[in-house]
Amino acid sequence: MNLPAALKKISDTIWELPISYKEGMLVPARIYATEKLIKAMDAGVFEQVSNVATLPGIQRYAYCMPDGHWGYGFPIGGVAAMDPGSGVISPGGIGFDINCGMRLVLTNLTADQVRPRLHQLVDRLFARIPTGVGCHGFVKLNQSEFGSLIAQGSRWCLKNGFATQDDLDMTEEGGCFAGADPSSISDKAIERGYNQLGTLGSGNHYCEIQVAQPENIWDAERAAAFGLTIPNQVVIMFHCGSRGFGHQVATDYLKLFLCVMERKYGIKLVDRELACAPFHSPEGQAYFSAMKCAVNMAFANRQVILHRIREVFSEVFHASPDDLGMRMVYDVAHNTAKLEQHQANGSKKEFLMHRKGSTRAFGPGAHGLPACYKKTGQPVIIGGSMETGSYLLAGMESGAEAFFTTAHGSGRTMSRHQAKKSFRGDKLQRDMELRGIYVRTDSFGGLAEEAGDAYKNIDEVVEATELAGLSRRVARLIPIGNIKG
Amino acid sequence: MPFEYRGDIAHADIAFNAWSETLEGLFQEAAQATMKVMVEDLTAVRPAQTVEIKLDQSNEEMLLFDFLNELIFYKDARRLILLPAQITISRGAEACSLQATLKGEEIDAGRHMLNTDVKAVTMHRFSVAQVQAGWRATVVLDV
Repeated sequence: MNLPAALKKISDTIWELPISYKEGMLVPARIYATEKLIKAMDAGVFEQVSNVATLPGIQRYAYCMPDGHWGYGFPIGGVAAMDPGSGVISPGGIGFDINCGMRLVLTNLTADQVRPRLHQLVDRLFARIPTGVGCHGFVKLNQSEFGSLIAQGSRWCLKNGFATQDDLDMTEEGGCFAGADPSSISDKAIERGYNQLGTLGSGNHYCEIQVAQPENIWDAERAAAFGLTIPNQVVIMFHCGSRGFGHQVATDYLKLFLCVMERKYGIKLVDRELACAPFHSPEGQAYFSAMKCAVNMAFANRQVILHRIREVFSEVFHASPDDLGMRMVYDVAHNTAKLEQHQANGSKKEFLMHRKGSTRAFGPGAHGLPACYKKTGQPVIIGGSMETGSYLLAGMESGAEAFFTTAHGSGRTMSRHQAKKSFRGDKLQRDMELRGIYVRTDSFGGLAEEAGDAYKNIDEVVEATELAGLSRRVARLIPIGNIKG
Repeated sequence: MPFEYRGDIAHADIAFNAWSETLEGLFQEAAQATMKVMVEDLTAVRPAQTVEIKLDQSNEEMLLFDFLNELIFYKDARRLILLPAQITISRGAEACSLQATLKGEEIDAGRHMLNTDVKAVTMHRFSVAQVQAGWRATVVLDV
């Protein structure tokens, strides 16, 4: 595509739209990408990241990561740091799937040990983890118990036998955002989501069995610190979020903010999907609390799914999860708003970080990292397409420039509509099996939409994050089995 | 063509335009376009269950937003794939309301040829407008 004429190259991996690019921009917009990636960015990225730059209280820059593409409100890959005192909170900077995120789990099995039982494993995972349109979960709760769950997140799972303390320690924020008040949640959100605990969903959500081949280990020291110590070690990566509950929370507050934004707070924006309220307003604080409930639901959702994955591996290999070395590497959130301390003008200052389709990537020594990752930096889990592979990265000190944020995936280049016209799900499934990747799905249409060619080249995306100093490559992970909704 | 999906204004999401001579017809087409994202062959959905809904809003645009969100809500809360059997819309100067009879059945993965789950109706490019031939809507769904 033709790049905007105002786009200025700041470095080999930073491109900037100045304040003069669009009326109302309060800060410049910065896009992290190599020349090749920036030339392939869709027009929506430039339109939407410059819209983000108009949000009241935004600090330094509106950012977009190298996997950026057209979204709603923020672009996917969007990042904005708000001054909590003068700034706003916007559901459009978080997304409907609040705390959609990634979890990576180790095993001590090798590909040679798993291959003979791969079909059995994938079939059983597919049978035991509900996937697809409107699926209900395997953990049955009443609405009152669900209220406890959304206040406690993974802690609820620990109390109820679905988690270990080590799981919580290896989850961002210990698997619970403090200050989640269920009274900020509508009855409708509870009714929509209380029966979906332990479900994967559909679209780009998946659970994948992967292999860390020796030739794909980029940083042996960090790989070992993250638990990748065996040649051709098998790991499990999965991606899902807060399901209908989170979607309803976002919808409820989008509507509320549309009502009050201009009338009560005099905020006029170029895109209604960026509807917002001052962070310290009653509406802003209510949404922040409700969002935390959805964040906690997503942590709990991924935790009970992990419990089920452990059950399946245990059954298939006739060994306990401990004996199979099924320890979590980490759990990272993609779609959240969080208060974080970052350096500003020589001292620490609090920012309200919006990350949408982007990942927190703390560097070595950061407060909030588990002790075992203090030297390495935070593990960052980058989900690629089901055909091409994924990455394990680590946060870097130089990530401070973008508030310690990096990419979240490979990023789409083709619309779902076009992908469905270009690929056939049943053929894709057969072709992938010939290439050693066994896939089960509820929907061949949905599978076609997720074809590898609908995505950017993940190698180029993660290389861009490393060149930009946002995150370093630790290991590339190759898929061998996958379940999709 | 009552509705058309658009790959040119959304990549990760699903966008569509819908048209009809009447506002009720537009809501009907938008419902079909939304539900077809999730169920490939909507004729396979049997009208076994009925849900009555009533919605009040300040304008036609927000009324369509709420209406499509109701369909998405029932898909998650009760695993129902619902389509409007009958829609009545009343419009005043500062408010409008909708009464609809929705019919459908519980999701059956064996019969319904499921596609991709719809998470939400976004406000991105969302519009309902009166045009020469009747009414036209643009909707981007988060999937």
